[in-house]
Amino acid sequence: MSDFTLDKVARNISEWLRGEGPMHEIVISSRIRLARNVAGRRFLSRADADEREHIAEVAATAVRKAPRLSGYMQIDVAALDELHRRLLVERRLISRQHAEASGARRVAFAVDETSAVMINEEDHLRIQVIRSGFRLDEAWDEINRIDDELEDQLEFAFHPQYGYLTACPTNVGTGLRVSVMLHLPALRLTSELDKVVEAAKELRLAIRGLYGEGSDATGDFFQISNQITLGRSESEIIDDFRDQVIPRIVDFERAARQALIDRRAIALDDKIFRAIGALKTARLMSSNEALQCLSHVRMGLHTGRLQSIDLTTLNELLLHTQPAHLQVLSEGRSLNGQERSELRAAMIRRRLGVSEN
Amino acid sequence: MDMICEKCSKEPATFHVTEIDPDKNKMERHLCDKCAATEGFAVMSQPNSMLAEMEKIIAGGKTSLSKAGKLVCDECGLSYVEFRNHGLLGCPHDYDAFRELLNPLIERAHDGGTSHVGKTPKRLGGDHKAAQDLARCKRLLADAVAAEDYERAAKLRDKIQELESE
Ligand SMILES: [Zn+2]
Ligand SMILES: [Zn+2]
Repeated sequence: MSDFTLDKVARNISEWLRGEGPMHEIVISSRIRLARNVAGRRFLSRADADEREHIAEVAATAVRKAPRLSGYMQIDVAALDELHRRLLVERRLISRQHAEASGARRVAFAVDETSAVMINEEDHLRIQVIRSGFRLDEAWDEINRIDDELEDQLEFAFHPQYGYLTACPTNVGTGLRVSVMLHLPALRLTSELDKVVEAAKELRLAIRGLYGEGSDATGDFFQISNQITLGRSESEIIDDFRDQVIPRIVDFERAARQALIDRRAIALDDKIFRAIGALKTARLMSSNEALQCLSHVRMGLHTGRLQSIDLTTLNELLLHTQPAHLQVLSEGRSLNGQERSELRAAMIRRRLGVSEN
Repeated sequence: MDMICEKCSKEPATFHVTEIDPDKNKMERHLCDKCAATEGFAVMSQPNSMLAEMEKIIAGGKTSLSKAGKLVCDECGLSYVEFRNHGLLGCPHDYDAFRELLNPLIERAHDGGTSHVGKTPKRLGGDHKAAQDLARCKRLLADAVAAEDYERAAKLRDKIQELESE
């Protein structure tokens, strides 16, 4: 697996960003993750280099032998340069933690990027399945089968009381984390988002920004995930998201969009058309500004206020305007902040079909 | 309009949590990810400082520290104190080795959950699954009774009887 192949991957659009599936105008993607550890082996914080290497080997072999995973691309993350590790983070194929760790570690992922297995992240294996739109049942069905097939190859650490054992006790039990990514621009504009945050806290759910840390948490994209993994079964956790949590937030966002259209149409249009204006004319654009503008344009598209742009282009831009993608797509040239902003603005204008004189 | 981090007043607040201080007062915190990490909240980068905090609250500080000071897993050599500082366990055996101190932490982190319900490895087969179905039905029954949904409760009682007679 060479960087060259990864560079080609960078040009594709991940399935989870296709903008399809139920409630896709608000639910960007549905992701499920399972944490698993090989029985009889230390967790990674106490494993020495040899044991870590051995676990990586054993897990990678299991992935190759599992029928559903046999066609996966396997990447030695430890051998990858920083740029390409960040590229994988932006595509949500690995976590930031996995990118920045040290020692033997890998990732295997399906060509369409709908499923991935991180090897030697916080746990020996972190399996994830991700689907565009609101499709948790599909995601669970797939990850459950992957887990079964891996279990045919490996014995996972399992405790009669605590269930699947994980390095961190906050994941013990099912090892299951459901994360639904939502686009909530209207709730944010109408200052109703606090209520969602409040309700989520009551329900012991975590709310985070698009890609986790700091400055990236703009653009009205939010991930909601469960924190409780013990004492509730996989289906109970998923049922909650499917039947209660997500439909309620989606209804709330829909109502907020309608209220904006009914009562503050000018203010709404102003946001949307300023955003498209900036995207089409700016000469320097930071990734945060791009994300915010793309968010408002996306809202314009889904409220029918704007028709002149297609969703695919928008989703491509969401992915490709991120720093590592931008750099890889410009042939890996090392860029400073201003050069990146300039290239980003130019890429956006080009993709939106602005003719330059 | 956007909630701004209460600590640095610069970045958007992306981390929202209700903290419970030693006097059991609830306090809401709204932080950016960076400040959340320095405050020891960030779930991703420092998963367990929160657990450490809770452990302090639950066990009441000093006593637990003296007890914890001596606890070491004889399989991986991790001490309970090290676990508290770094938040990660060293091997599967730690769950038993640290059980006494760990169990209340786990219970708090999982909103009262202390026993696994759900998927079981195939090699452990049916017994477990039946036991878990039973536990699940009992929970649902309690919910149904609380919600005064007696029709559903009756169905669940039948199901429980069926499972118990197997
Ligand atoms: Zn801050
Ligand atoms: Zn141990």
